[in-house]
Amino acid sequence: MSPPGRPRTSLSWSTRSGRALIVQGALLALLAVGALALWRNVEGALAARQIRSGFGFITEPAGFDIGEGPVPYTPRDSYLLAFAAGVANTLRVSLLGVVLATLLGTLIGVGRLSRNLLVRAGCTAYVEVLRNIPLIILLFGIYLVLTELLPDAMEPVVLGGAYLSKGGLQVPLPSWDHGWALERPEMGPFGVSGGLSLTPEFLALLLGLTLSTAASIAEIVRSGVLAVPNGQTEAAAALGLTPRQGTRLVLLPQALRIIVPPMTSQFLNLTKNSSLAVAIGYPDVVSIANTAINQNGQALECILVIMAVYLSINLVTALLMNLYGRRVALVER
Amino acid sequence: MHLTRTSLAPLAAVLAAALLPSAALAGKTLDAVKARGEVLCGVNTSAPGFSAVDSKGQWVGLDVDTCRAVAAAVLGDARKVKFVPLNSQQRFAALQAGEIDLLSRNTTWTLTRDASLGIAFTGINYYDGQGFMVPKKLKVDSAKKLANATICVQSGTTSEKNVADYFGAAGVKYKSVVFDTAEAIQAAFFAGRCQALTTDVSDLSGARSKVAKPDEWLILPEVISKEPLGPSVRRGDDEWFQIVRWVGNFLLEAEEAKLTQANVDKQKAESKDPVVQRLLGVSEDTGKLLGLDKEWGYRIVKQVGNYAESFERNLGPGTPLGLPRGPNRLWSQGGLMYAPPIR
Repeated sequence: MSPPGRPRTSLSWSTRSGRALIVQGALLALLAVGALALWRNVEGALAARQIRSGFGFITEPAGFDIGEGPVPYTPRDSYLLAFAAGVANTLRVSLLGVVLATLLGTLIGVGRLSRNLLVRAGCTAYVEVLRNIPLIILLFGIYLVLTELLPDAMEPVVLGGAYLSKGGLQVPLPSWDHGWALERPEMGPFGVSGGLSLTPEFLALLLGLTLSTAASIAEIVRSGVLAVPNGQTEAAAALGLTPRQGTRLVLLPQALRIIVPPMTSQFLNLTKNSSLAVAIGYPDVVSIANTAINQNGQALECILVIMAVYLSINLVTALLMNLYGRRVALVER
Repeated sequence: MHLTRTSLAPLAAVLAAALLPSAALAGKTLDAVKARGEVLCGVNTSAPGFSAVDSKGQWVGLDVDTCRAVAAAVLGDARKVKFVPLNSQQRFAALQAGEIDLLSRNTTWTLTRDASLGIAFTGINYYDGQGFMVPKKLKVDSAKKLANATICVQSGTTSEKNVADYFGAAGVKYKSVVFDTAEAIQAAFFAGRCQALTTDVSDLSGARSKVAKPDEWLILPEVISKEPLGPSVRRGDDEWFQIVRWVGNFLLEAEEAKLTQANVDKQKAESKDPVVQRLLGVSEDTGKLLGLDKEWGYRIVKQVGNYAESFERNLGPGTPLGLPRGPNRLWSQGGLMYAPPIR
């Protein structure tokens, strides 16, 4: 729907842009009518098939358990809280994934520009391999390794205070109980419990998202750095800046403004890709919604919830990244 | 949005269901099946004894036999079935959207499903209950001793709610690991991810029959729920509903009248028993009332067998599952299987 002529004509009232406005208005109206007709049809079809519809179910008890997550949820709580638990799980893995993938991706991207042949070749190999494995295959692979090869939950490997087994990773967690203390994991009748517990499902998803996205981020970082003309570094050196100062004050600010927009896409991708959780049993929002669909049969409503959740998360992410992007943008004087 | 194939399928089916014009609904399933020359039957992707592909590539199982019996009655040939394997999350959406004519996929009959999904259960072909399976080396002999254990459960099943109820009522905590397919959940369990697997007892036996050393796994004695399994059809087509319901009843009636695949031809030619004559269409024409022909029942017995034959072939002591008839015996033998008379 791009208007003819220059973009951003909406404020001017020349004949051409006026026409464009009318056309766009008509299109919008057509779209609204179409959406309304679609909605009416959906309502009619659902009623004719005697399928229950509406969001009334959201306050009913969900009745199913959710394996893990920061939200204190029990099967007696409502669907709303179940969805909230799913959203929290999605955010938990996405946020951690974004941070870890950025760190790893930046390291590897810079590594690809290294003068050291070994580092350069290693980073190139990483990017080429990880970028070409479909994420779902990577997830299955990691999950298989975690659940097949790790020792039984009753016989965990002990690394310092941490335990690693098919039951996941348990690490000591500082906790407040009349003074700071370290809550240590302990062996129970069915494996280790207590401390900070990360399940194999969470670990596999986090690892998969991080490794896969880092490969793309590495390429973005590399291209961003390479896009800054060599003359800039040379000019910085000519001004008497040390190489470190040159990188920090000249190279990086210019590279960042190229890096930020595609990076935003990668963050959004990572968040959306976390929906693959459903394949390896991690209770993210899609997995919870799928379960809800099967318990109450209200697929349309639950899928609308999923869409709304991803849209909200991604709009917020995009907004934050755009704000940051504006900060690092080149200020022209 | 990046979705897996499994999570995309219900979405697509629901969209199809919602976007199709309402008028398409009134189409008669029977006419559609006849025109197509095939019954589209939704079955489990892999539930040994109920629906699974055997070494020759043929679908076999108790639920599969229901599909075949419907095809034998309606189309005259038990082979004219197209099996549509569905996981527990896809099953209702596939039926709602008209992708299948009937769902015969060890599915529990509950009020919510019957009254709010736009589907109707036609009867019960297996009385089941939910149980637990554990590795023997865990040395647990009762579900009551599973406090704080990690339990594998398939999403979108009644099992998921039952286990929450069971442990909730006992005030016992547990950790659940939920997958969306039977294959994934069984793989995770047998790999040692969970201490216990919970689903219907028949399903546990089926899963155990597939592993290398079945005697290393123990099914605990507790049965924590009622799971009446049966086929279902889309609402709004009473004629088709009646056909599927009475095909199920016929399988039981045939057992009660001692009609088997082996003796049915002889019985048809010689029997003077009015019940047998009626069932096989020698005297009355019961088929006409259902929109079928006179020999609909004869073909079911001839091509598929009676309920007992199907049970023994797929689930009974002679199979890897080795399940006893138990409550699935006929009412006259102390079981729950009781079909209204075909007359």
